[in-house]
Amino acid sequence: MRIDAAGIHYRQLNEQINEAVDAGETEFVLDNVLGHRYIGAGLRDGVHLTINGIPGNDLAAFMDGAEIEVHSNVQDGVANTMNAGRIIVHGDGGDILGHSMRGGHVLVRGLVGYRCGIHCKAYEERLPVMVVGTTAGDYLGEYMAGGVIVVLNAEDTDGSPVGRFCGTGMHGGAIFVRGEIEEHQLGAEVTVEPVGEADRDMLEAIIREWSMAFGVDPGRFAPEEFVKIFPRSSRPYGKLYAY
Amino acid sequence: MATNRTLPFKDMGGCSISGVMDESGRRFSGEEIIRSIRNMHERSNGLGGGFAAYGIFPERADQYCMQLMFDTPEAKRETEALLDERCNVHYAEDIPTRPHEAITDEPLLHRYFVSVEPDKSRPHLDENDLMVELHMEINTTIQDAFVFSAGKNMGCFKGVGFPEDIGEYFRLEEYEAYTWIAHGRFPTNTTGWWGGAHPFSILDWAIVHNGEISSYGINKRYLRNFGYECTLQTDTEVIAYLFDLLIRKHGLPLEVACQAMAPPFWEDIERMPEREQAQAKAIRAVYGGALLNGPFAVVVGSTGRMIGFSDRTKLRPQVCARGGDRLYIASEEAAIRTICPDPDVVWHPDGGEPVVGELQAGVQVA
Repeated sequence: MRIDAAGIHYRQLNEQINEAVDAGETEFVLDNVLGHRYIGAGLRDGVHLTINGIPGNDLAAFMDGAEIEVHSNVQDGVANTMNAGRIIVHGDGGDILGHSMRGGHVLVRGLVGYRCGIHCKAYEERLPVMVVGTTAGDYLGEYMAGGVIVVLNAEDTDGSPVGRFCGTGMHGGAIFVRGEIEEHQLGAEVTVEPVGEADRDMLEAIIREWSMAFGVDPGRFAPEEFVKIFPRSSRPYGKLYAY
Repeated sequence: MATNRTLPFKDMGGCSISGVMDESGRRFSGEEIIRSIRNMHERSNGLGGGFAAYGIFPERADQYCMQLMFDTPEAKRETEALLDERCNVHYAEDIPTRPHEAITDEPLLHRYFVSVEPDKSRPHLDENDLMVELHMEINTTIQDAFVFSAGKNMGCFKGVGFPEDIGEYFRLEEYEAYTWIAHGRFPTNTTGWWGGAHPFSILDWAIVHNGEISSYGINKRYLRNFGYECTLQTDTEVIAYLFDLLIRKHGLPLEVACQAMAPPFWEDIERMPEREQAQAKAIRAVYGGALLNGPFAVVVGSTGRMIGFSDRTKLRPQVCARGGDRLYIASEEAAIRTICPDPDVVWHPDGGEPVVGELQAGVQVA
């Protein structure tokens, strides 16, 4: 199903998608999207959306299994509290991408803004994965409780590919960064190590997935070029209010 | 087949900002900025919208255009008596509006093109100082009169409503400006009223703001030392006066003024090279009262310049783009692409990093 979103309010657009999904439609192409919010919100598996244009904030919020491919940049709040599914972004991501994400994969070709992966979490088989093509802004993985963030630094940017306050308050999950990261960029709750054997296969699989999505040679990124940032403790604030 | 899919039912807001500057000085109609701000309709809630436009009065570019709102005819009479006493009024008219179904309870809206004579008893005050004094005097002493703007070759247009409706109400498509800035309000701390809509302005400075200034009390008291009185019940007012104080009165370069308002953290200062570190510490020490705390993204207009900047930790969105001679700054990329579908470059500036548009060398606008 092809929908021309020009001049349509986001509610009307999302209702149209939901009604078609209820009627059994699985493939959608949305044209002329320009700031329409909440596209893909709550959508379940078996549905595939292709978006042409700039989707609005909270793309794929609470998404539960659908797949979305965006042929441009995205705005803030992509994959907010997303549960399952996959998002491929051929441009850049905005701020708070993957906020409170609980499962599914987000693959971004370019950079992402501030506070990505803040508060994301994992539970049993649910493991959220965010892959950033180039660089990430400050507060990456802040208060992260679970899941995996990978920063590929595909353009070998000068200096560090991540900003400051990386992993502040982090108490679960892991961030893999290809490139330099200095002590002062890190939150007090995390530590840094080379990638060990235990993580190697998973990291390689994630690199392959991202590379296939964007037609890049996966051999470009070797696991030994990455460092792993992970929390020192699973309960960093356990004693904060205990007197 | 019914599903139990969870859909958002609540409209989440958060103020919208858009600014466009043509650095070649070419002027263009307000129709574009209205379209841009309309794209972010969801970000405001109908309790405030406004615009500032630069280069709109070329035939009276050497006079201050005072745009005012009056809640009562008495306030208008009293203001006019004060203006007759303090300055030369060259021309006055109602601000043109059109009846609009979405705009109600309009105040009286009037504008005066004025000039001021030097005050022989106080030769240290120039015409800008005298205009600031007049601006403050009206806002603080005349009940129900408020100055929207009082700069040269510019004007602010604002009120209670969605910004696109306010733009239509003020017939902005009939004006041509080289810089337009716009705001859609989602008030969280103070009431939605005509004077409380953005932009906030002093002389030719106009500010639109998304966020909240938690240091408002400190900033307000600091500004009072220099004769600025905050009367509009909204935190953003302090940003307008701080720009005027730091740049016009104290002569700080723009970058230094922005650093005073959004300084680096102490721990970052400690890692700076010696000279830079000494300057950063001096700015923090001297201008502590000008530090803006809390989340903000602002666009600032002034003659020949448009500035965007946000708080150090970027708690509010700001996206920039360039296309041809134009600089675009907005809360959302879609609001830029609505009026510039294919920009040359789009980027997200870092928190605290000012983005500046300036007229190209040799361009005269006033």
